[in-house]
Order: sequence, then structure tokens, then C-alpha cells
Amino acid sequence: MTAIPIRDFLLLAPEIFLAVAGMAMLVAGSYGRDNGGNGHRGCSVCAVAALAMTGGLVFWLQGGREVPEVILSGMFVLDGYAFFWKILLLIAATLTIFLSERFVAEGGYRPGEYYALILFATTGMLLMVSGFNLLSIWISLELMALSSYILAGYFKHQLKSTEAALKYFVLGALSSGILLYGVSLLYGATGTLELAGLSDALSLAVAAGDGQVLVALGWLLLAMGLFFKVAVVPFHVWTPDVYVGAPTPITSFLAIASKAASFAVLVRIFYQGLAFLTPDWQWLTAALATITMIWGNLAALTQKNVKRMLAYSSIAHAGYVLIGVLTATEDGQWAVLFYLAAYTFITAGAFGTVVLLERRAYAGETYEDYAGLARRAPFLAASMMIFLLALTGIPPTGGFVGKIYLFAAAVEAGWVWVAVVGVLTSAISLYYYMGLIVQMYLKDAEDTTPEPLYAPGLLATVGLCAVITVLLGLLPGPLIELAKGSLLPLP
Amino acid sequence: MEFLTAHGPALLFYLFAAMALGSAVLVVTMRNPMYGALSLLVSFLSVAVLFFLRNAEFVAVVQIFVYGGGIMVLFLFVIMLINLHRLHEVRMFAQSAPLGILVGVLLVALFVFSFVGVGFGPALATPENMVSVEGQAAGNSEAVAWLLYRQYLLPFEVASVFLLVAMVGAVILGRRN
Amino acid sequence: MQELRDILGPTLFYYAFSPAIKIAVVVFVGVLPLISYLVLAERKILGFIQVRTGPNRVGPWGLFQPIADIMKLLVKEDVIPNKAVKWAFVLAPCLVVGPAFVIFAVIPFGPSAAQTGGGLDYFITDVNIGVLFVVALATIGVYGIIIGGWSSNSKFSLLGGLRSAAQMISYEVPQGFSLVIPLLMAGTMSLQGIVGAQLEQGRWFLFAFFPFGLIAFMIYLIAGVAESNRNPFDLPEAESELVAGFHTEYTGMRFALFFLGEYANMIVISAVAVTLFLGGWARPFPNVEALSFLDASFLPAGLVGVLWFSLKLSVFLFVYIWFRGTFPRYRFDQLMDLGWKWLIPLSLVTLFAVGLWKVLLL
Repeated sequence: MTAIPIRDFLLLAPEIFLAVAGMAMLVAGSYGRDNGGNGHRGCSVCAVAALAMTGGLVFWLQGGREVPEVILSGMFVLDGYAFFWKILLLIAATLTIFLSERFVAEGGYRPGEYYALILFATTGMLLMVSGFNLLSIWISLELMALSSYILAGYFKHQLKSTEAALKYFVLGALSSGILLYGVSLLYGATGTLELAGLSDALSLAVAAGDGQVLVALGWLLLAMGLFFKVAVVPFHVWTPDVYVGAPTPITSFLAIASKAASFAVLVRIFYQGLAFLTPDWQWLTAALATITMIWGNLAALTQKNVKRMLAYSSIAHAGYVLIGVLTATEDGQWAVLFYLAAYTFITAGAFGTVVLLERRAYAGETYEDYAGLARRAPFLAASMMIFLLALTGIPPTGGFVGKIYLFAAAVEAGWVWVAVVGVLTSAISLYYYMGLIVQMYLKDAEDTTPEPLYAPGLLATVGLCAVITVLLGLLPGPLIELAKGSLLPLP
Repeated sequence: MEFLTAHGPALLFYLFAAMALGSAVLVVTMRNPMYGALSLLVSFLSVAVLFFLRNAEFVAVVQIFVYGGGIMVLFLFVIMLINLHRLHEVRMFAQSAPLGILVGVLLVALFVFSFVGVGFGPALATPENMVSVEGQAAGNSEAVAWLLYRQYLLPFEVASVFLLVAMVGAVILGRRN
Repeated sequence: MQELRDILGPTLFYYAFSPAIKIAVVVFVGVLPLISYLVLAERKILGFIQVRTGPNRVGPWGLFQPIADIMKLLVKEDVIPNKAVKWAFVLAPCLVVGPAFVIFAVIPFGPSAAQTGGGLDYFITDVNIGVLFVVALATIGVYGIIIGGWSSNSKFSLLGGLRSAAQMISYEVPQGFSLVIPLLMAGTMSLQGIVGAQLEQGRWFLFAFFPFGLIAFMIYLIAGVAESNRNPFDLPEAESELVAGFHTEYTGMRFALFFLGEYANMIVISAVAVTLFLGGWARPFPNVEALSFLDASFLPAGLVGVLWFSLKLSVFLFVYIWFRGTFPRYRFDQLMDLGWKWLIPLSLVTLFAVGLWKVLLL
């Protein structure tokens, strides 16, 4: 335990900067008038600038780095894998801020706190994906989760939002407790929390014989906690209610950023910390992926509310991503990175469309409200169609490419049956995604159907997401190269 | 007497561990929230004694100071402020109670099973490590400080941001618009 | 003793058992008489401030008044209200008095045997987390007041208990921060070690890191007065609003225990202030040779230490009484404003400044 060199703090610059920016936002926000006026615009510009500068710092620190560097007494690692996720998460946070444009202004909320919470949550995510010790990973995960609980309850006068926040909080706290308990059991068995040494220590503990039960229980509880965070069946029950109740920009934030960061941590822990147990977690993941894909898609079939449908779809997609995780091959791993990157833009765009159509108190979220959208707002309808096709996995979209690579990796690694389930459930999903497309293009609008908002910034964001979704389908090469360069060593 | 001298710390451990657990059960089962809160206090203090038994005097006193002196006083404050004397009986999960009890019993059985005859790994938390810094004898507060500000600096700092967020969140959700 | 040590384990033995007997001795020989005459002194001084005589009937100049008071309190009827929660009602006064007395275990009244070259240790025990120990035990005292107020089942008591909880929580924070500042200056948490550091550096911490030591001391003093529920912060028992606050329903000896607890807390807070900021048992200007006659070397060194300590302590106790004679009571919102908007930020800034000073200049 020698003194921590100053260099370590410099390498932590992006996270420190983002946290400080969040605090500055809190202070600055408290000087604004209550109902914002133009305050929210200033705040959102500042928040985006802070995220961009953090991104710049991340790039600068990553420049020319080839071997991973572990700093701060083994708590934090800088490697290509973390770099990929950090950039993706910063983009996801930026998209969320773009989507929040109407919400903060119309809700009459003080803007400073809202954006500050997003920045704090993002700080937690950045620390998470770089965490190299179960303790630092856990506390960063909690930072992200706590900020999310508050954001989910931001409509505090709406029963649904409060319900969402409460359910999310209670179940989230429970799952964090389970995760931490698992970590403590692993610590009891091995005496270490560092991912680098954990796997070897586990093999020693298991070889010694009497640590076996402890290790088994420990990693199972740890995995349960992580599966809760990525919303995998049967740990998904919070998802639909939270996704529906939370303000839509925040729903999008949970679906893209929170989920991506949790997957990043899950893969790192499985691949680096639990490498010794690879066959065990492969089987568990395969089983859960199967149930998740089947249940998520079947449940989505019956939904009448678009946000709820997207919630179940996001559960189903967690199942698809797990296919890539369980292969434990390089192909599977970069397929996961690629898929989650594509999914970020697709989902942000889909929720952006929901934001444009919804009214106060959760109106404008049903399938019927989308009737005849193609005639009323052709651009918006076309974008939404692209996102829905991408979610189904139909070319030429990023979703198609991602799914192909995921399934291919699974087949190559010998998990054919999981891939088959994936293909079949994708076919099921076509039904409910198509249902919405049918509403938009073939049904006529009633008089009561709400008109979409005119919000140039939001429209531009949705359009951008649509363009990127298509581009990823046509030219996936660069992103694949980037993902291939950001892999963790295999277990 | 010989038995006592040989097993004194162990006996005390079991005594206070039992107190901590027993009062923790009371926290959940007491109908009067005031008693529940006081049971929680007893639980905290018993845990503090457990820390003392492991020579972790700093942690023990902080446990008393923070949980006993800070958090529980606020709990009691709120309970007294809204003047809860007896909670109404609301049966929310009556139907699934048998299932819950079954799951609970199974879980307890699982944990008991797994801890019987288990070998814990390299004992990092021996009492000697609580009062030494790099093998040199020092006070427990020094040992804790070295761990917190060297080895666990990052989680420690993240925890401070975490608490800030918790505070901001409480203000946001509790504020009248 | 050795056997007990084995049973309890070294730490618990050290903290719990060994000092218990010594505490009892110190409390019965030193603190209880001190408190009873402190009450008399208070009444006399208040009398002087308010231009009247004060107690003068029992014995010469009323000197036997405390004895008469104690007799009265002991023989009075002990009433427990019907609707009270009995066990809590009985427990509450003990919770106030007990911790206050236990704190005396760590307060250095005089030098250690090693410092005087043999003889007696003029303190009960010296633990390396002394300051924290004091703060932690002081927080337990709050429960006595809260539980007492709640268990009486009377609205005045409840309101008094509530106020006290809010007040003590609010002022614990600046008090805690202001206590950390002498720790930073001394580099140890042991109270005896802090006195030693002041001797070594040749200055009271009151004047160290000027003006931050002084600010810390003022914050501690104000917060200390608030913590002990004394004027001008005696809202938990404000007679004009709450009859007698949390102890409205208490009579006889149980009431006296609350009373005792309040005065014991006054003494503890003063003793801690003396130890942390005024050089403890050391004479003033310990490094100035010319004043060495203050060491009174014809007396045993330990005794001189105790004398200096008592002298400084009595100054504080006088200030407490002086406050009571001169200041009007704060309003509740003013009290909260002072705590949260002034003392806490100020103590944080001071702490930061001292830390920075220490890192940059030393």
C-alpha cells in the first residue's frame, strides 16, 4: 500500500470532471428562477458540453494505449474495452439530454437538478465499466442506480411515476443487496475482490474442497444481482412498470445507457473475474437467455401501450445480447459490443418518437394514437418504421447486422439451439412490431388522435438516430472494427 | 471458569450476534414503530460490540456514532413527528404468505447448509490486521485510515458522490412545487 | 483481572470493564459533589446578576442548600403516569446520565504517571479514539431525552423530545467538525495525546492556525451549549411554551437524574473544550520559562495539573451560567438557521482551511 501517485488521478480525469460538472450544475441551477424560462436550454447545453469534454478527455487518455493499465490500487482499469463503453455511454447520455428538451421545459422543473442527476448517473456508469474490483464496481453501480431511481420518479405528482420509482427502488435495493452478499461470500472464500486475481483464487478455493459451496453460492448471487440490472427473465418484473411510469426520456436512458453499462460490467465480471467458472455461467446464461427471449416476446404480443411494448422488447433484446455473452468467444464478444451500440441508437430513436407523440399524464402512448401517422407526419412515421424494423432484425438496418453476428457467433461456438430460439422468437416479434407499422401506415386517424409535437431539436435527434440505424446496416465495417479492437481477453 | 477463559470471546460473540439477530427480527415483527426503531438501535449497538470483539474500536465507535447517534435519532424523530402509535393491520401479501415462508425457510436451509463446515479463505480480517499498518502495530483508526485512503480510495470517493445524489434526490422528491 | 481479560478479549476489557470501577470512584468523589455545588453556584451567580441574594437560609451563605435539595428530591413521591410506557419512562433518565458519566473515563484531568515521572495516572483511561468516543457517547444521551419525551405520553413532553432531537442532530454536525480541527493540529485522537501535542508545540490550539483555532473553538462552544440544552438554546424545556419540555411528567429522583445529566453534560463539554483548545492540564504558556513559577513545583506535579484543569473548567462553567443570566432564548427557526446556515458552513470552511494550511505549509 504505497502512496497513490498523482498520475492515477490524472488518468481518472474524465470521471472527476463529469462529477464536478454535475456538482457545478447543481449549484448553478439553484440560482435560476423556479420555472426555468430559458434556464433549461442553458443547462442542457452545458450538460452536453460537459459530456463532450468528458468524451474528449476519454479519447485523450486512451490515445496510443495498447496494454491495459490498472490504477488506484487495482480499483480502476483503463483498457480498450472500457474505452468503447465510455464513448457509447457518453453518446447515450447525450441522446437522453436531447430527448429531454420538452420534458424539462414543459414540466416546469428546475433544470439544474435534472441534468445534474443525468451527469451523476453517467459518472457512475463510466466508473462502472472501468471498475476492476468488485467493490468499486458495486459502489459505482449504486451511484448509477440511485440517480436512476430519482429520475424515474421525476413526475412526482403522477401516481404512475411514483410507483415506478418506488418499485424500481425497492427491487433495485434488494438486488443490490443480493449482489453485495454474493460479493461478500466470494470474498470470504477467496480473500480478494480484485477481478485480476479472483479467478485464480476461486480455483484455489474450489481445489481446497471446503470452499466449493461458498463459491457456488457467491457467484450465483452475484450473477442474480447483475441479471436484475440488465432485466433478464425472471428478474425482469420491475421493467414494464418502471419503463411506463418513468418520464419517457428517462425510460430511454434506462433502456440504453443503464442497460449497456450493466451489460459491460456483466461481461467484464464473467470474463475476467469468473473465468474459472466459465462452463457454469455459460449454462446459466444460456438457460436465462432462452427464457428471456421467449417470455419477453410473448408478453410483448399482448401489449396495447407502446411504451410497455418497448419495455418488453427491451427485455427480449437483453436475451439476444446474452447469446453473445455466453459464447465466450471473440466473435461473440464483439457482436455484443456491436449490438448494444446499434441498439442504443435504435431505442433512443424509438423513444424519441414516443416523446413526440405523448401528452401530459401518459396520454398518446397507445397503439391507436399512432393511427395514420404516416399521413400526418410522414418523416416521423418513416423513422419509427426504421426503428421497428431494426428491432425486429430486418435488413438494411443495424439491428439486422447485429442479430446475424450474434446468432452466427452462437452457432460457431456450438450453441446452436440458443441461436435457433433467437431466430424463432425474432419471428414472433415481427407480429407486434408490425402491428405498430400497420397502425401508422394503414389505419386512418380519428379526430381525437393527438397531433405530434413540433420540436425541431427532437425531430433532428430522431432523424439522426434513423440515419445511423440505416448506416450501421449498410456499412457496419467501421463499428465492427472498433468493437474488434476493444475486446477483453477471453476467459 | 476455565471454560469461560478459554472461550470467552467466542461466547460473547454468540451472545451479541444473537442479540443483533434477535432484535433485527423484532424490527420487522413489532407492530409499534417506536419499538421497532428501538429494536433496530439495539441491533446496531450489538453489532458495535461485535466490532469491539474484533479489536476494531474505530469502526465500533463510528457505528455507534453514525447509526446510533445520527440515523436512528432521525428515524425516531420522524416516527414521533407523525405520531404513529400502532400500525393498522393491512394484509397485502396474505395469499402468497405460505409461498414466501417456504422460500424463506428453503433459503435459510441453503445458507445454513452452505456455512456448515465451510472453509473461509485466507483470513484477511484477523484481529491483528485491524490494528496494524503494513505489519507495524498501530491504532485501529490508523489502520482504517490507511485502508480507506490508499487501497479503497476510489470506492470511498464514489461513495461521497453517492451520498450527495441521495441528498439531492431526497430534496427533489420531498419538495413542494 | 487477567482471567476477565481473557474472557472479554483485550479490546472489550480495555473499553468496558477496567474503567468501570474507576469511573464510579471519579463520579462519586468528584463529579457528584461538583454538580451539587455547581447548582448552588449557579443560583448564587444568577442572584448576583439579577440583583438579589440567592439561597441563604440553609447553613452559612446557603452552603448546605445542595444537601437539603438532594434530601428533598430523594424523599419526594415518585410518580409514573398511568398512560406512560413504563419501562421506557424508567429507562430514559438513566440513558441521559449514564453516557455522560462514562465520558469522564477518557478525560485527562492531569498528567500521566509517565509524564510526572511515576506516581498516579490522573486520568481513567487513554484510548486512541478518545475524541470519537466522547462524541459517540454524547449522541447516546439524546435517546434519554427522546424516549423520556415519548414515553411520558404527554404532548408537552413529546414536543420537547422532538425539539431536542432536531436540535441535537443539527448541532452535532458543527460540533463534530469543530472537534476534527484540533485533531488535525495534534495528529492524534487520544485526548491525552492532544494535550501532549499542545505542550510540545508550546501553544494552546485556541491560538494555533490563527484565526482558525479560535473559530473552531467558538463553534464548539456554541454547539456545546446547544448540545447540553442550556440557555440560550434551552428550547426542549422552554417553560413558557412547553411547561418543562421532555421532563414535564417526571418527579422526584427521576427528575433529578435528568437534572444531573444536564449538569454532567455541561461539565463534560467544558472539560473537552479545555482539553482540546485550552491546553488541558498544562499551565498557560507552557513554553515560556519566565512563567515557570506557575508550575508551583513545591506541589506534586500531578496535583498542579489537576488544579490548572479545574481552574480552566470553572471558567467555562461560569460562562455557562453567565449565558443563562444574560441571553434571551432563541426562537426555534432562529436556532435551526444558526446551526445549518452559519455554523455548519463555517465549520466546513475552517476545517478545509486548516487542512490546506497543514498540507501546504507544514
